[in-house]
Amino acid sequence: MNWLLEPLTYEFMQRGLLASVIVGVLCAVMGTYVVLRGMAFLGDAMAHAILPGVAVAYLFGGNLLLGAGVAAVIVALSIGFFSRQGDVKEDTAIGILFAAALALGIALISAMQTYAVDLSHILFGNVLGVSAADLWLIGGLSALILLTVAIFYKPFLVASFDPILAATLRLPAELLRNLMLILLALTVVVSLQTVGVSLVAAMLVTPAATAYLVARRLFPMMLISAALGALSSIIGLYLSYYLNIVSGSAIVLTATGFFLLGFLWKRAKSL
Amino acid sequence: MPHTPHRLEVRNARIGYGSKTILTDLNFQIPHGARVAVVGPNGAGKSTLFKALVGLLPLQAGQILIHGEALGAHQDCVAYIPQREAVDWRFPVTVQDVVMMGRYGQSGWLSRPSKQDREIVARSLQQMELTNLAAQPIGQLSGGQQQRVFLARAIAQQPHILLMDEPFTGVDVTTQTATLNLLDQLHDRQVTMLISTHDLNLAASRFDLVLLLNHRLIAYGTPKQVFAREHLLQAFGRSLLVMEDGALLVDDCCPPDAGEAQ
Repeated sequence: MNWLLEPLTYEFMQRGLLASVIVGVLCAVMGTYVVLRGMAFLGDAMAHAILPGVAVAYLFGGNLLLGAGVAAVIVALSIGFFSRQGDVKEDTAIGILFAAALALGIALISAMQTYAVDLSHILFGNVLGVSAADLWLIGGLSALILLTVAIFYKPFLVASFDPILAATLRLPAELLRNLMLILLALTVVVSLQTVGVSLVAAMLVTPAATAYLVARRLFPMMLISAALGALSSIIGLYLSYYLNIVSGSAIVLTATGFFLLGFLWKRAKSL
Repeated sequence: MPHTPHRLEVRNARIGYGSKTILTDLNFQIPHGARVAVVGPNGAGKSTLFKALVGLLPLQAGQILIHGEALGAHQDCVAYIPQREAVDWRFPVTVQDVVMMGRYGQSGWLSRPSKQDREIVARSLQQMELTNLAAQPIGQLSGGQQQRVFLARAIAQQPHILLMDEPFTGVDVTTQTATLNLLDQLHDRQVTMLISTHDLNLAASRFDLVLLLNHRLIAYGTPKQVFAREHLLQAFGRSLLVMEDGALLVDDCCPPDAGEAQ
């Protein structure tokens, strides 16, 4: 048991573990909609698109999460703006904005002097650098996002499963879509410190995809996904501690391991 | 004599996608409780009309009135049964979940289903003989069972107007019979029905009115009035075969035009 408790004697490990579990659960729950609505590309794009916001916040000494949040919401709404009239296909709009924002972000960061270290923290996360204040912010935002998902459970379910029923019941489709985009953007922002920009997409997609293989209903799918997200975060962080590898990678690889198990189980069952 | 508003009235409607127009000059009125078959060749705009009627597609011009009021004034009186291809059958929902969705409009979006909602769902499932399958994921059902799930949902919705897109295409005899029986029951309850079909025999035998479309309204009236040779020729053109004994046959295998945008 000692090997389990030893890392937790460090306060930064306690905070890191708590932050990873919260983010793991949050990404996994939002991920069910990402998987069911086919928004994986959007999630990845959103993650990269927040770079300029982070860079600007860093330059002016502001809060990085706030900068990322503003950038993410701007990008989310711009994607809607460009693709709404049908002049540009949505995935094309995503591709353009994602690349532009990423380029802008890297340009801004490369202009800074200490960019090598900070860029790698932003790209791959720095879970051991989570401060007590960060933890409060991560916890608060996550609670807010999960509460919104719970409140809008029925509208999101109908809008995702049957847009025509949603229309006959006069659900505001546009509003729900934008709300979903904003929730997704905030999720990416919250995940910034634990898994980093380049691995958020994996945490959004992989646990939910695994849950999709085994669940028969939406709510159990969310629960299974959340459990897998939390478990991947815990196991991943221990792996990272003992094998001395980047925590974001360890977490994502653990989640991928669960997916492979789920996939093989499904195959074996259908034989 | 006081004038009762028609259940459904379409005035000078023009409908299409973006700048492309699929249907023009639509004018018709459907009285209370009528059973209307919507017929026409592939790509004639049947699905497009339905999408406009549920409010999924904004009108380019004209008006749609339900009970004399603009579309959208009534929250939940239109039920729509989608074409099979329009449903994501791998979505993680059970039969019961889908039928319960029919109650959402009336039970409220933020509250849990009431006892009454659950009773209505149970009755709808029973009526469509789905009670045993209630806990099954919809993806594991046969095609006919899947269609009955959406029929049960429409019952649970307790609509005034029911729209069905091609419910008789590609289903087994049991489902077809179940669907036709349901239409009779709903007719007794004064539900107005618009149903698109390729089966002209069925349209002639089981419906009060027929709406013949081909990018515009070709004819609208009783089956006898509508199924006249000149109307069918206008609607189906060269895919209409006239047999020696005067019988008419529609060869509907090959769409006469590029087909309809979905």
